[in-house]
Amino acid sequence: MSESISMKNNWKILPPFHPEFDLDRCDYKNGCTICVEECTFGEISLKPVKGKDGNILHRPWANMRACNSCQRCVKMCPQSAIHVVSQPMHTSHGYWKTEPVSNIWRQADSEGGVLLVGTGATGPQKRYFDHIMFDACQVTNPSIDPLREPMEIRRYLGRKAERYGGEVGPQLKLEVPIMFGAMSFGALNLRVQEAEAKATRKMGTYWNTGEGGFHERLRDYGANTIVQVASGRFGVSEDYMKSAAAVEIKIGQGAKPGIGGHLPGEKVSEAISKTRMIPEGSDALSPAPHHDIYSIEDLRQLIYAIKESTDYRLPVSVKISAVNNVAPISSGIARAGADIIAIDGFRGGSGASPLQIRQNTGIPIELAISAADRRLTEEGIRNTVSLVASGGIQNSSDVLKAICLGADAVYVGTPVLISLGCNVCQRCFTGKCPYGITTNRPGLAERIDVDEAAQALTNLLHAWGEEIKELMGSMGISAIEALRGNRDRLRGVGLNEEELRILGIKHAGA
Amino acid sequence: MCGIVGIVNTDGKLIDGSHIREAIRIQRERGNGLGGGFAVYGLYPENKDKYAFHVMYDGDRNSPIITIVEDYLKTKTNIYQSEQIPVYPNDRIAKGPYFKRYFLKPIEEFIGQDRTEEDYIVEIVMTINNKMEGAFVQSSGKNMGVFKGVGYPEDIADYFRIEAYKGYTWVAHNRFPTNSPGWWGGAHPFTLLDKAVVHNGEITSYGTNVRWLEMFGYYCMLKTDTEVISYIYDKLTRLDNLTKEDACFVMAPTLWDEIDRTNDGKKRYLRQIYGPAIVNGPFGIILTHKNGAIVLNDRNKLRPVVCAKDGDTYYASSEECSIRLLSPDVEHIWSPKGGEPVIIDFPEEFVQ
Repeated sequence: MSESISMKNNWKILPPFHPEFDLDRCDYKNGCTICVEECTFGEISLKPVKGKDGNILHRPWANMRACNSCQRCVKMCPQSAIHVVSQPMHTSHGYWKTEPVSNIWRQADSEGGVLLVGTGATGPQKRYFDHIMFDACQVTNPSIDPLREPMEIRRYLGRKAERYGGEVGPQLKLEVPIMFGAMSFGALNLRVQEAEAKATRKMGTYWNTGEGGFHERLRDYGANTIVQVASGRFGVSEDYMKSAAAVEIKIGQGAKPGIGGHLPGEKVSEAISKTRMIPEGSDALSPAPHHDIYSIEDLRQLIYAIKESTDYRLPVSVKISAVNNVAPISSGIARAGADIIAIDGFRGGSGASPLQIRQNTGIPIELAISAADRRLTEEGIRNTVSLVASGGIQNSSDVLKAICLGADAVYVGTPVLISLGCNVCQRCFTGKCPYGITTNRPGLAERIDVDEAAQALTNLLHAWGEEIKELMGSMGISAIEALRGNRDRLRGVGLNEEELRILGIKHAGA
Repeated sequence: MCGIVGIVNTDGKLIDGSHIREAIRIQRERGNGLGGGFAVYGLYPENKDKYAFHVMYDGDRNSPIITIVEDYLKTKTNIYQSEQIPVYPNDRIAKGPYFKRYFLKPIEEFIGQDRTEEDYIVEIVMTINNKMEGAFVQSSGKNMGVFKGVGYPEDIADYFRIEAYKGYTWVAHNRFPTNSPGWWGGAHPFTLLDKAVVHNGEITSYGTNVRWLEMFGYYCMLKTDTEVISYIYDKLTRLDNLTKEDACFVMAPTLWDEIDRTNDGKKRYLRQIYGPAIVNGPFGIILTHKNGAIVLNDRNKLRPVVCAKDGDTYYASSEECSIRLLSPDVEHIWSPKGGEPVIIDFPEEFVQ
C-alpha cells in the first residue's frame, strides 16, 4: 500500500531502468515466478493473461517504478528470459541532464530531505590509478618469473623501530597485502562477516568489524579481526577489544568525511541490539565527530586508553578520510602514538551516505597516500607507523600502485561485496539488498551461503595475490617491501606537472 | 652489465697495480669504455693516520672552484699536505679533470659531542659533493685512495699509472652504464670513508632505498645503485652498529618462510625494521674496507660472482678468468650462493 502511495506522489520521476521479458523464453506458462520472488524492490509483479485454451496464466510484469538495475532477476532467471534496459534520455537539455533533474524531482516530492545513497562516489573525477603505469624490466635487469622464483608479498603492519636495538611494537602479519575494510554488522548481514572472517583466516589477513560491534558467533576469528571504536562506541568493551588482533579508531570514512552514521531503528534487530549494546528498535546514531576528540591531544588520550586497556598487546589504527590536509594530520596521528594509519579516499564505499557528501567531499586516495608517505618520510618517522590505503581500489594493479605510492597495505570493501554478487546498485541503505549482503531481513539474509561466500572471498584474495606476484616479477622485484614508496617503478601518462609532483612520479618516457 | 675484480691480501702484503690492471683488462667486453676505476688500500703508509681526500675538479689548475673547496676545507680541517695527483694523458685518454689529494685531520674542537670524527668527515664530503658545483670527492678514507674516470679500466690504469702504487687490497670496476650517464665522478668504485663498493647490477628497489636513506640524512646525488648500496651499508654498520653478517642479511634477506621455519626472532626483527633497506634486483658487489671485504649477490643470483682463496689471498670476480690469470693454480674456487655473503676479515695480527 505504501508503495503505491509513494508512486503516486512521485509522478514526476521517470524510471531510470526497467526489466524486459522475453515471453517466448519465459516459463510463466508452467507457473515459474522466480523473478517476482527474487526482486526485492517491488519492480516485478504478476499480470494475469489468458492462455491458449482459455485458462488464466500469470506473466511477469514490470511496474516501471522501482528498478535499480541490481540485475538479480536477470541472474536468477532459469530461462535467461530477462534483460534490464536503462532509459538514458530523460531530458533533451545539454546542461540539465538526467541526474540533477531527477534528484530535484525526488527532493521536491515525497523523498524530500537529504538524498541517501550507498557505495562510493560515482562522479567523473579522474581515476589516477588509470594514469599510472608500472615500469618493467628489459635487458639491463631481468624480470623474475614468479613460477620459478619465490615471490614474497607478506607485510607486517605496526610500529617499528628506526634502527637496530629499538622496539618493534605489536604487528599484524599479512600474507597478502590486502585486508577487508570496515563494514559493520547491521550494514552487512552477519553471514557476510562470517565469510570475511573465514576467508581472512584461510589467507592470513584481516577483516574489520566496522563500528557495529563484534558478534559473539565470530569471536573465534578474533586473531584475524580488527575491531573499530567509532564515535557511537557501539559494542565497545574491554572484552570486545581484547578479543581482536587490532583496534581501529574510526575518525572518518572516504564516502562521508566529517559525517556520522545512522542505522535506522527498523534494522536494529535483537542480534544487532545485543552486538551493538543498544535497545532493540532504537536508531543507532554515530555522531559526526567523536565527542571526546576535538583535537590531536584528545586522540592521543584515546589511543593510549585503548593501549592501556589491551595491555599494549594490540596495534592501534586510526582511520581517517582522505582530505587535503592529510599529510600533517598523518604526522600528528603518528606522533600521537598510532601504530597504523588507514586513509580512505573519496571513492570509498558506504552503506548509506548523503549524496552530496559522497560526491563532493574528500580527495583521491592516490594523491592522499603519496602526500602522507612523503611527509612521514621527510619528518623521518615513516618507520614508526604503517599506512593503509583504501577507497576505490578496483584490482590488484591498484593495490600495487597504492603500495608504490607509499602504502604498506590496502583495505578493500566494495570488491568484497562484488565478490558475493553485488551489482553496485547503490541501494544498500534500504535493507532490501537483493543479494542478501547489506540486509538482515529474514528470507533475504539467507541468500548468502556462508561457505560459498567464504570461498569467493578466498578466491579473490588468492587471485589478486597471484597477480601482484606477476606484476612484481615484471618489475624485477622479489620482495614487496622493496616496492613500498618506490615511485621510481611508476610512470604517469597524461598527468600535468602538479599532479606528477604530488604523486612524486615522473611522466612516462622521462 | 659491468665487470668487477677484487684482490685482498689478508696478510697485508703489498702488491702493485699491474696485477689488478691485467685482471680487469681481460674482462674488457663487460664494459663499454664509459667508466673504469680502482680502489687501493695500504696506499699511503706514511700518512695513514690522516684522511686522504682525492678530489676531482672540473677544468684545470686555475679553476676557481679549487680555491672555494680549499678555503672550505681549511675552516673544517687541518691540511697537512696537498698535491696534484699526477696523470699521464695518452692517445686513448687525452684529457681529464684536474685531480688533487689532501692529507687532513678534522679540527678537534669543531667535532662536538654528538657526532663522531667519521660523521664529521662524512658531512664535509657530502657538502663538497652536493653543494660545490665542479668539485667531487672521489675518496676520503685513511691510507687508501680511488683512481677512476671515463674510459676502459686499463686505460684509466695507464692514465694514473697505477702500477706505481702499492696496496694490500685492490678492487677494480669496468663499467657498462645503463642508467646514469658516464662521467668521471660517476665512475666506480664509489667510496665513503674507508669503504669502497664496486657493483655489477641494476637494483629495482632504488626508490624505496633512497627514501629510507633520506630519513637519515643521506642524499643520493649520483643516482647510481652503487652509491645507494654504499650508504645502506654505512648506515647499517656505522650508525646502527650492525655486524657485517646482519648488514648483509638486511640487504639480501632469507625468505620469510625460512625465517618462520627456523623461528629466528632476530632475523624476523631485522627484516621488519629494515624492510626499506632490502636491495632487490640483480646485483653482485664487492665491498672493501681497511680490514677486509664482503662479497654479496642478490637473493636470486642474477649476476655472476666467483670467489677464490689462495693462501692468505682472496679473490672475487665477475669472471673466473680473472682469477685464473692472477692465480693459475688456485684450487679453492667457488661460486657463492645468492644472498649468502662471503665475509673476509683480516686476522687480528694484520688488522691495520
